Amino acid sequence: MKAFEYERPVGVTEAVALARRAGSRFLGGGTNLVDLMKLGVETPDLLVDLTGLDLAEVLEQPDGALRIGATVRNSDLSANDAVRARYPVLSQALVAGASGQLRNMATVGGNMLQRTRCPYFQDVTKACNKRVPGSGCPARAGEHRNLAILGASEACIATSPSDFAVALAALDAGVTALTTEGEVSLTVSDFFRLPGDEPQRDTNLPPGALVTALTVPRLDWATRSAYRKVRDRASYAFALVSVAAAVDLDGDRVRDVRLALGGVAHAPWRATRAEEALRGGPATEEAFSAALRGELEAAEPLPHNGFKVDLAHNVAVRTLTELTGVPA
Amino acid sequence: MARMSLDLTVNGERRKVDVDTRTTVLDLLREQLGLTGSKKGCDHGQCGACTVLVAGRRVLGCLVLAVTLEGAEVTTVEGLADGDDLHPVQRAFLDADAFQCGYCTPGQLCSAVGMLREVGEGWPSVVTPPGATVSVSSLGPDEVRERMSGNLCRCGAYVNIVPAVLAARR
Repeated sequence: MKAFEYERPVGVTEAVALARRAGSRFLGGGTNLVDLMKLGVETPDLLVDLTGLDLAEVLEQPDGALRIGATVRNSDLSANDAVRARYPVLSQALVAGASGQLRNMATVGGNMLQRTRCPYFQDVTKACNKRVPGSGCPARAGEHRNLAILGASEACIATSPSDFAVALAALDAGVTALTTEGEVSLTVSDFFRLPGDEPQRDTNLPPGALVTALTVPRLDWATRSAYRKVRDRASYAFALVSVAAAVDLDGDRVRDVRLALGGVAHAPWRATRAEEALRGGPATEEAFSAALRGELEAAEPLPHNGFKVDLAHNVAVRTLTELTGVPA
Repeated sequence: MARMSLDLTVNGERRKVDVDTRTTVLDLLREQLGLTGSKKGCDHGQCGACTVLVAGRRVLGCLVLAVTLEGAEVTTVEGLADGDDLHPVQRAFLDADAFQCGYCTPGQLCSAVGMLREVGEGWPSVVTPPGATVSVSSLGPDEVRERMSGNLCRCGAYVNIVPAVLAARR
């Protein structure tokens, strides 16, 4: 590992100022960054440790929103009473990720900024447009069984690894960040981006910005929500496909719905087309299936990941039928 | 090369050390403090052999930089027993023959101790039914398997590890 300096600021202003130094990186739980430093993928000159900052609180806001400090640990948030009661999908997504040890370490802000687990990105002996722009993407012709089926580009077919972010996307959550210029707010949908011809950029966060909080708006009917994840082993693996869903039922009809897919794209995939198709319609397995087929018409699978199209359909339909009590 | 001095408590003992900023807690324990119980398996956060407790919470020693632990309380497998009295989890692993080669065992032990504390605090897992409350007394094998999934055993001693963890609750 390359040598680096280490600073532990006590305030966010100091943290953001330190981040202006060349080669600086913010350090949260380190579960991804320290590993990438061992792999030589990340070679910072300075680590700015955020865990001493006063950003570890979960606060209910006057408007009913939940404000989650960036250094709250994943495990603490998953066990938070308000999260479990009001947003089951969020708690379930958190405990579906990683292992008990990693969830104890990982911060929610760091979770949003973790890098793809595409094997070519993590291997410095291979070309990768995300790691070295313009070097090429061997994944298209190589190992891509668990890479993107939606929204990919010629330059990059990486997937976003976060479970948590998929639930946040479904809940229309927001990201607050601080730069030396002031505070910036983005919706989770605007925070993440598709790769296009700049796959080196995972997010639309301005350079040097410090994520300070995530805000989950009040959504009373999110009590009827769930996260379902399918992976190659029963636990402790990244998603092949995951689904975050919330449904507002009006008798046997869908008054409103939120649906996001994980493991399928460079960003959490908010299934807006399926949501529109379902809103106001019957809560039936046929309707759920048709809506998902419509959403997945945009899929462009590669030779080894075509199975994800049917898998995404099936997992989403099953999640919606279970949430709405529709007989399977 | 950047070095820093660091004050922390390891198994109840105050230690003052000088570390390269790149040093992980695992390397600090094994290479500088002579505590070789914590094992280096993958060194990438995938196997759990390096699991230690920081302020009672289980973490992976291979991914925690030592410099982040100024003032922290670290407990390793060497610190679980009370003198010659084994920790109930250690006793249960012996009684249930919950290992073969033993390489993953220190991590399994520390992980189980931390995990039982998490259950005691009512933390849910992905197999906890929505809205349900977990408790140490109601913990079943599925919950133990899920919650211990971050600790791999290449000998495949899981069939005895799960009963050992369940037995350790008493």
